[in-house]
Amino acid sequence: MANTKISIRNLRLQYADGKTPLKDISLEIYEHQINVIFGPAGGGKSSLIRVLNRLIDLSDVHTLQGEILMDGMNILEKDLDIIALRRRVGVVFSRPIPLPLTIAENISFGLEVAGMNDKNKIAERVEKALREAVLWDEIYDRLDDPAYSLSGGQQQRLCLARALALEPEVILLDEPTSALDPVSTAKIEQFLEKARSQYTFLLAPHNQQQAARVADNAAFFLQGKLIEQGPAEKIFFNPKIKETIDYIEGRFG
Amino acid sequence: MNLKPFNRARKSKINRRLVQQAGFNAIRLVTLVTILPILGIVVYIAIKGAPAISWEFISAMPRDGMRAGGILPAIIGTLYLMVGTGVVSIPLGIAAGIYLSEYARDNWWTRLIRIAIISLAGVPSVVYGLFGLGLFVLFFNFGISIISAALTLSIMTLPVIISTTEEAMRSVPYKFRIVGISLGGTQWQTIRKVILPQALPGIVTGIILGLERAVGETAPILFTGATFFLPHLPSSPMDATMALPYHIYVISTQIPGMPITIQYGTVLVLLVFVLAMNLIASVIRSRARAKRQW
Repeated sequence: MANTKISIRNLRLQYADGKTPLKDISLEIYEHQINVIFGPAGGGKSSLIRVLNRLIDLSDVHTLQGEILMDGMNILEKDLDIIALRRRVGVVFSRPIPLPLTIAENISFGLEVAGMNDKNKIAERVEKALREAVLWDEIYDRLDDPAYSLSGGQQQRLCLARALALEPEVILLDEPTSALDPVSTAKIEQFLEKARSQYTFLLAPHNQQQAARVADNAAFFLQGKLIEQGPAEKIFFNPKIKETIDYIEGRFG
Repeated sequence: MNLKPFNRARKSKINRRLVQQAGFNAIRLVTLVTILPILGIVVYIAIKGAPAISWEFISAMPRDGMRAGGILPAIIGTLYLMVGTGVVSIPLGIAAGIYLSEYARDNWWTRLIRIAIISLAGVPSVVYGLFGLGLFVLFFNFGISIISAALTLSIMTLPVIISTTEEAMRSVPYKFRIVGISLGGTQWQTIRKVILPQALPGIVTGIILGLERAVGETAPILFTGATFFLPHLPSSPMDATMALPYHIYVISTQIPGMPITIQYGTVLVLLVFVLAMNLIASVIRSRARAKRQW
């Protein structure tokens, strides 16, 4: 069994408007594996992702209780270096959101704000990240073009690349292929397969097929509650709890 | 076969098209009615003022009690006032606009600031003039000077720059801020590297429009920095200065026997000045809009 990278204990999140997207969640996220959280919309997947790199700090939060231990350190700690955390925990959103800069600048932004000044070193990291995100061969000759000149699928891989450039330990993917065509989706999944051993992934998949294709571990979220978790094959092919069975068999959701 | 409902539908479709055409034409007419007077004024002044325009007119000092010669000191004075106003109001206005759009929380304090800005924009210009007289000329003892006038004009320009900056910043989608922060940027790094460059054309437009209004005003400089006649160009910010709008007031009301072409010529120079700034602002805006991709 793999090591636990992140251990979430009794996590409860309530927004200022009263919505409670996470109700007492306890979940293990394993190192160097693809951990999938799935379930119908509004189940709390996106909120969990926003908590894990503290983007949740940008929202009006009423309560955020519980513990999230990453390598033994509680990332909900008040005096945590949040910026250092965000460099360790990268995120890819459900729609490609390139910054309104050039392709290269999209990637160098994160490096520059981290204090990297050496142009050659930055260029090196840009290339490495683009290669890793299976994008380099398509765009190596137009790094100074606006990022918005790329196709949707390329844009999303650019967003992946700029997260990778920071050499994170954990990568959060919030339905990263929901706006993409099948070919682009396949490229992202190829990346996941290849990079599995280097990073820890938390993926809210676009659909159940994707979940079954790539997942090592799976957790089923329903209305803010974690219903069932375990190894992917068990959850998808032999679930134990009624709600999970119903969802997987397509009775709702 | 009963074709009645079909015919009725066709007829009403034709009617709707007619109504639409009439509507469009009405709007065109209204637009024309709005544009014509402006166009009329510009053309009239251009025709009447053109004979006065010469190299001497814009590069020489006035002669014969301003009845001949050029209007150089008024042009230079207006430039000085514009620069002075810009130096004060641009940094302050941009800083305040960024604060309001990015950092200020929605509470009674920021609401108060916003109300103050809106009210400031509605104050009649002569009130600014009197305020500047009280505060800068008398209280701070800057005297009737370029400094006093520029500060007074700055107060008048600030609301324009603040609100256009705030608007321009707000028009950049929020998602870019989330992305910048998710990549380990601080709020300020994200603003400086991503948001501000996108908002810049809008901000520059606001600055130009604000300054343009400032250089065209007479009342705020009347008591604070403008002077009837200066035999030399102002040599320090503490000097009083001539300025185009005030000069126009002077030569059209205060000097008997003033040649009418010089009056129109001076008005034409101010008009060209202001229209040129307006044009630059429009070009910047439309270029930025064409370049924008989100």
